[in-house]
Amino acid sequence: MSSESTLETKESAGARPASGPALVVRDLWAGYNGKPVLEAVSFQVDRGDMVGIIGPNGSGKSTLIKTVLGLVKPMRGEVSVLGREGAPERHLVGYAPQTELVDWDFPVTVSDVALMGRYSRRGLFRRTTREDREAADESLELVKMFDLRDRLIGELSGGQRRRVLLARAMAHNPELLLLDEPMAGLDATAQHQLLDILDELRAKGATVVLSTHDLSCVSSRCDKAACLNRRLIAFGKPSEVLNEQVLGETFGTHLLMVHLDGQAYAYQHHTHPDGFPEVDPLPEKPDKHD
Amino acid sequence: MQRALLAASFAALVCSVVGVFVVLRGMAFMGDAVAHSSLAGMSVAYFFGGSIFWGAFAWAVPASLAITFISRHAQLRLDTAIGIIFASGFAVGIILMSRVSNYTADLFGLLFGNVLGVSWGEVLLIGLVAGGVLLVIVALYKELLFTAYDATMSAASGVPVRFIQYLLPLLVGITTVASLKAVGIVLVLALLVTPAATAALLARRVPGIMAISVVTGFVSTVAGLYLSFHANLPTGPSIVVVATGLFLAAMLFSPSKGVVWQAWRASPLPADDAAV
Repeated sequence: MSSESTLETKESAGARPASGPALVVRDLWAGYNGKPVLEAVSFQVDRGDMVGIIGPNGSGKSTLIKTVLGLVKPMRGEVSVLGREGAPERHLVGYAPQTELVDWDFPVTVSDVALMGRYSRRGLFRRTTREDREAADESLELVKMFDLRDRLIGELSGGQRRRVLLARAMAHNPELLLLDEPMAGLDATAQHQLLDILDELRAKGATVVLSTHDLSCVSSRCDKAACLNRRLIAFGKPSEVLNEQVLGETFGTHLLMVHLDGQAYAYQHHTHPDGFPEVDPLPEKPDKHD
Repeated sequence: MQRALLAASFAALVCSVVGVFVVLRGMAFMGDAVAHSSLAGMSVAYFFGGSIFWGAFAWAVPASLAITFISRHAQLRLDTAIGIIFASGFAVGIILMSRVSNYTADLFGLLFGNVLGVSWGEVLLIGLVAGGVLLVIVALYKELLFTAYDATMSAASGVPVRFIQYLLPLLVGITTVASLKAVGIVLVLALLVTPAATAALLARRVPGIMAISVVTGFVSTVAGLYLSFHANLPTGPSIVVVATGLFLAAMLFSPSKGVVWQAWRASPLPADDAAV
């Protein structure tokens, strides 16, 4: 992506032009073992925006995030992160995985984990420097975990764990933050604390893309909503796209919608993790009963 | 005795360091499998009069790579892949050894180690291999640690995760081979796991665990060697018995995780600040 305009950004971005969209996804097909999970997904995220990806389990939210990170290769289509096609520049992108995917019994402290966020700025064989430790401490302060920096990660509560992962994701001052289910399992207070931290980061020029089950958070705090169910059902301002028709299509039949204080809440049955409609016709199964 | 002491110390040193990753990643069975399967390589070397060390080495390297490859690509669970490599190599080894006339005595030496019969050449070799493995670990410490902790995040940060995921089993394989002379095939697992497990009970963070693991491994080796020398006991098992004794002591009396202190306190945990 080349652009004529040369806007100044607030962060020390160096010589790279900080213009153009933060993320462009064009006709993206991606999945595992030759089977696409995402089909023909296209959208564009502007710099400084916060985008919420919503969709049921198995809808491809994590796959989309991993594809943007370059961990899953697209089968078709392209992803362009911060104006660069293909695998993104690691130190410009921050990522926090779902907490379930992290080994919380591992004998490392809060500050050890935050420091790992700096590794993308250091190459192989290189040791972390004083600057790295200071940056890690700063990001711990931002998520209000500095006082607990010597705790083992196994000793943290759910909300504290999320904040450590967030600190790690932003320890290298990324321009794009990708957060996989950062709000799952948090109570309302902890969710708001987290969203406030994200707003602070955006004030410094960062772009945030997060996946969530929580419609109210998307409708109240995100600039754009991406409704995903293997295909992108809708993308746009939450007030425009979060209507009954779109949500019905996104969540299928397993959805109960409630309107409260002008906000849309959707409740979803979790009994069918694969409860999304099959798009591809299934190959005929051999009859096992002869 | 000097040679035995040096050889066993080198083995203990590298085992204690690599063992920390083995314990953290739950790879104990894998180290055991590589050691057992390398009996095949040792037997081939023995059969044709070559160096037993290089025989084991030549077998262990592809065996550890194969375990990683099978578990990554055949969509088998890691323990299944390990089981196949483990048993097949051991079986081939036993078959070959059974064709040798003084079968029992030689097999016994391979299975349980014979450190008192180590030559200066072998001491040098063990030292070089141990040094090489340690050098790699020092150079790639932060990548090994990050990948062991969180492979996905590590890949997202640009760490060559696939390389590291092949490298660690390879280091484990090489380490077991370097330690075979000291403790033998059957007991190398103890040297790999017990000092690291002891240390995990005593220290909180990985660097501390590594330091204590090295001390524990070293003390076990020296004490075990002297014990076997003066009481005329087999060396490998003596080392393992001492290491196990230290582990039991740590399990009972560790200040933070010891069974005794926990029973002693027997009071509710100190008030923690409220969860957020």
